[in-house]
Amino acid sequence: MSIFQYVVLKINGEDRPVMIRSADTLLEVLRNELGLTGSKPGCLNGDCGACTVIVDGKPMKSCLMLGVEGTGKEITTIEGLQGTAIQQAFVEYFAFQCGYCTPGYIMNCQSLIENEPKATDEKISEWLKSNICRCTGYEEIETAIKSVLRESNSKDRPISRESEMD
Amino acid sequence: MIPFEFEYIKPNTLEEAVTLYERLDSEGKEPVYISGGTEIITLGRLNVLYTGAVIDLKSIPECHVMTRENDRLVLGGCCPLTEVENANPFPLLTSASKEVADHTARTKITLGGNICANIFYREAVLPFLLAESTVTIMGPDGKKTLPINDLFDQTLQLNKGEFLVHITTDISSTKAPFFHMKRRKQWTTGYPLITVSGMKKDGDIRIAISGLCPFPFRSERIESCINDRFNSVEERVSSALQQLPGPILNDTEGSDQFRIFTLKNILSDLVKTLEGVDH
Ligand SMILES: Cc1cc2nc3c(=O)[nH]c(=O)nc-3n(C[C@H](O)[C@H](O)[C@H](O)COP(=O)(O)OP(=O)(O)OC[C@H]3O[C@@H](n4cnc5c(N)ncnc54)[C@H](O)[C@@H]3O)c2cc1C
Ligand code: FES
Ligand code: FES
Repeated sequence: MSIFQYVVLKINGEDRPVMIRSADTLLEVLRNELGLTGSKPGCLNGDCGACTVIVDGKPMKSCLMLGVEGTGKEITTIEGLQGTAIQQAFVEYFAFQCGYCTPGYIMNCQSLIENEPKATDEKISEWLKSNICRCTGYEEIETAIKSVLRESNSKDRPISRESEMD
Repeated sequence: MIPFEFEYIKPNTLEEAVTLYERLDSEGKEPVYISGGTEIITLGRLNVLYTGAVIDLKSIPECHVMTRENDRLVLGGCCPLTEVENANPFPLLTSASKEVADHTARTKITLGGNICANIFYREAVLPFLLAESTVTIMGPDGKKTLPINDLFDQTLQLNKGEFLVHITTDISSTKAPFFHMKRRKQWTTGYPLITVSGMKKDGDIRIAISGLCPFPFRSERIESCINDRFNSVEERVSSALQQLPGPILNDTEGSDQFRIFTLKNILSDLVKTLEGVDH
């Protein structure tokens, strides 16, 4: 047992061996040790959501988790998302201005899409209240997430008889 | 950045956790148990909390249970709040939990961590105080189970080396009619101006409050005023307000007078809601 630990973190599908302080947060490990600077430091206190990543499928504020707690878990950062529907929708609906909060929002939205594909307005609001944006009026972000959920739900709908005959 | 160093250990059994605690304590490491582990970061960062060794309870199966045993619900101290909400075995607890922090933070904040928190709101304890649950704790003297209302006085009164394993609640209490109201100064997430939980059990109303004083509490004196049905609701609420413990918080979330004004309105709503239901 020591104040430093050698850990192997599974990040974006890759094993990343790294020597860290037990006292380092996951956010510090990602940014300072592994060069994954997409997760943003904001309040460092769990309030703003700029540092949000996905851990074992659930959204997680990486400033509220120790790096050592990440062993044995699947961690996804913004660098691990490539060309997803939610990234596309953020561009399409102008859901960012300065962009600082955007990685955190995208990770939270992605986790919402995966966990709650049929999310109600109430559920969307409950999840998204975890993040703060100082630039937009939030409406564009809401439009972006709703467009993705709508699109994936319409794809899920059973094909009607008419369209089968087309 | 946390400005001090600590060892991090994750035991797999209750006994191992206690043995580790005793050894690290004898080495002068000032060990702490963690469940969600967020306070070591939020308070450690500000130098409000110090430790040389962190014992993470999350791998101990007994601390992670969420089961129904006969007519009792057992919830482990390491269950994240969102897991409890999703399973929803105790609707009043779900209501209280959903108002703590925000959804993402609650995937990390745990039942045990909230109840044993240094940050004094400890809102998740309110439903258990009303349900008269029992808490199972582990420590150097082994495992014991006690009524939460005997052990919780402002905070869970644990002796050195003891930790919360799980909380057990009668199913009948989890189904009792309830009321839960959290008022904040601003925003829709985060700390309360005042939070009030109520439950109707055996014909009487039970009340527990967080955010009024620098500790959560359930008060028999307040409850006996509220259950005095010979008086009007207004009279009962007003005599309950004479029985408040102190000090009343007077801080950036709100003045003491504003808190009492808000409490008065919430108590009236609570009585009207719960007296309207049979139980
Ligand atoms: C963004 C944010 C918003 C918040 N908003 C609210 C709010 O609205 N309402 C509210 O009530 N709180 C709120 N909090 C406070 C939060 O609930 C507490 O800080 C809580 O302690 C966090 O839970 P945890 O599981 O991470 O605790 P931990 O960090 O694991 O532990 C907290 C304390 O409890 C002790 N402890 C932990 N588990 C045990 C155990 N099993 N037995 C004995 N001792 C134990 C630890 O030693 C430590 O002293 C908020 C916190 C954050 C970060
Ligand atoms: S930096 Fe993590 S929540 Fe703000
Ligand atoms: S786009 Fe600037 S903070 Fe959100």
